[in-house]
Amino acid sequence: MLDAAGRPLVQVENLKMHFPIYTGIFRRHTGDVKAVDGVSFQIMAGQTLGLVGESGCGKSTVGRAMLRLYEPTAGRVVIDGEDVASMPSEALRKKRPTMQMVFQDPQASLNPRMTLAEIVSEPLDEHTDWTRDQKLERVYELMDQVGLNRRFVNRFPHEFSGGQRQRIGIARALALKPRFIVCDEPIAALDVSIQAQVVNLLEDLQEKLGLTYLFISHDLSMVRHLAQRVAVMYLGRIAELSPSRDLYARPLHPYAEALLSAVNEPDPVLAARRKRIILKGDVPSPANPPQGCNFCTRCPKVMDICKTVKPDLVEVEPGRMVACHLYPAAGSTGASEAYERNQQGETQ
Amino acid sequence: MTDVSTTQPKPSSQMRDIWNQFRTHKGALFGLVTLGILIAAVLIGPYLWIPEKLSVAEAIKLKNQGPSLRFPLGTDQLGRDMLARMLLAGRVSLAVGLVAMVIAIVFGTFIGILAGYFRRLDSPLMRLTDMFLALPLIPLLLVMVMLFRDRIAGVIGPELGAFTLIVFAIGITSWMATARIVRGEVLTLKEREYVLAARSIGAKPNRIILRHILPNVVSPVMVAATLGVAEAIITESVLSFLGLGFPPDFPTWGRLLFDGLQYMQVYPERVVWPGLAISLTVLSVNYIGDGLRDALDPRIRGR
Repeated sequence: MLDAAGRPLVQVENLKMHFPIYTGIFRRHTGDVKAVDGVSFQIMAGQTLGLVGESGCGKSTVGRAMLRLYEPTAGRVVIDGEDVASMPSEALRKKRPTMQMVFQDPQASLNPRMTLAEIVSEPLDEHTDWTRDQKLERVYELMDQVGLNRRFVNRFPHEFSGGQRQRIGIARALALKPRFIVCDEPIAALDVSIQAQVVNLLEDLQEKLGLTYLFISHDLSMVRHLAQRVAVMYLGRIAELSPSRDLYARPLHPYAEALLSAVNEPDPVLAARRKRIILKGDVPSPANPPQGCNFCTRCPKVMDICKTVKPDLVEVEPGRMVACHLYPAAGSTGASEAYERNQQGETQ
Repeated sequence: MTDVSTTQPKPSSQMRDIWNQFRTHKGALFGLVTLGILIAAVLIGPYLWIPEKLSVAEAIKLKNQGPSLRFPLGTDQLGRDMLARMLLAGRVSLAVGLVAMVIAIVFGTFIGILAGYFRRLDSPLMRLTDMFLALPLIPLLLVMVMLFRDRIAGVIGPELGAFTLIVFAIGITSWMATARIVRGEVLTLKEREYVLAARSIGAKPNRIILRHILPNVVSPVMVAATLGVAEAIITESVLSFLGLGFPPDFPTWGRLLFDGLQYMQVYPERVVWPGLAISLTVLSVNYIGDGLRDALDPRIRGR
């Protein structure tokens, strides 16, 4: 929120990540799991983009494909002016320090046979030719930054609590002074009390170091707290991308509406009035998504056009992008009352 | 959390932690001491215990003796001193067992890691492994010995030649189990998040393998290694028995065991001594492996 409205640090254009399916004795390529199917967004320098959606919608895959932990099928990922998705591997290695990742499960993301010092200095081993003392100095500095006692330097991951382990993961991500960090559900595996600590730590670090985050989560209230803009994903595509204040006040896409109706309301008066939208049916398989809008099989406001034409993500109000046929593209404002309820039997 | 301690602990060397943990494992200490004694005995023993030279007539008179002060382990059917033969035999058997095990483990781990980590190499390397598994061991060794024994013996002498050939032959035919175990382990390890994290840092594959994968496949490799020693010693004796290994008058523990087999009902101690030596070696290597595996795992260490 420092220098908002700056230039975008991260630009993702039409990112696709398809995992091939091989079947039969000849392992023939018979289809693809379209985990991410054409995702575009940008993140301004120093800001946080929240990425929310239910399990299996491709949030983590977006994060990993952006850092080239998977080889994206198509699309561009421009980070700080360079397209990461098509970089040759040696250039990519040089580029890695600018982009780092904090993983979901702090237990699994730390090698159980390495001490804290070894884990945090691993990035330094890879990218610097510092002496041991210099590295150690930096490790201490990072430990101070993330709030770990210096006495812990020789301990192994299993000797820490979940929150401390996540701090180690954050320290490792910070070691090379990155500009962009993908936080892949960094708080999902933590206690609620620890979640707040870690989120506050991430906020403090952003303020101090001017970091840019992609914050992947399914905890909607945490995203609201942390992110300036939020993208709602459903089945490999972005359903809605809006400033977080607008999204939480008035979600436009029917899926975003349903998702946000699931957020708990602390105020009992409001909670009593809260209307929970319960979606029927299951998420379609990403190997065989519907021909039209991905959400058309479960959408409470489905129309005929939804079943045949995939809606594009278009700006419907200033700053708000929605992929839904209910909202015509920008220009004609305030078209949100254009509900043409179509009583299709199978979806209610 | 805000305690900025003035004494900044340096990263300590892990060797001492490992040794401290190893010491708490009683079996491992027993194994280390026993193996140490065995190795010391076969290395130094032949210089300290020099059997007296006997004429043929004396030897025939003194054959098949029980243990006595003159012959602590008795004599064999040709009147030779068993203790001296046991000590000499131990040199060969221990060397064959340990070296063949090291060859098999290093080669098997190497193949297993390549196959598990690099998807493109997986299929060819595993088919190679299957091929080796399908090869019948004894005929293969027979062919190898027939082809190469004289040539190698010509270059480095008959005994060293036989040793090299046997060690190589045993090593090359016993790495497959290790390779398979390691491959399976690597396949699961490389999907772990910390390997992903290392890749996101930009670590090269060799660094990832050395730092993240290899240390975590230690335990299954350790188990395979300890079993390998026993197997190598036994295989060597089988080979010698078939006349493929060392010359017949050249003692090894396996050889002594087979020689004693015919007299087992009359002179059981002829089988007991080499059998005991082999068992002790295997047992101690096993315990050392066990202790080492525990000591190398920081989750068990310090408990």
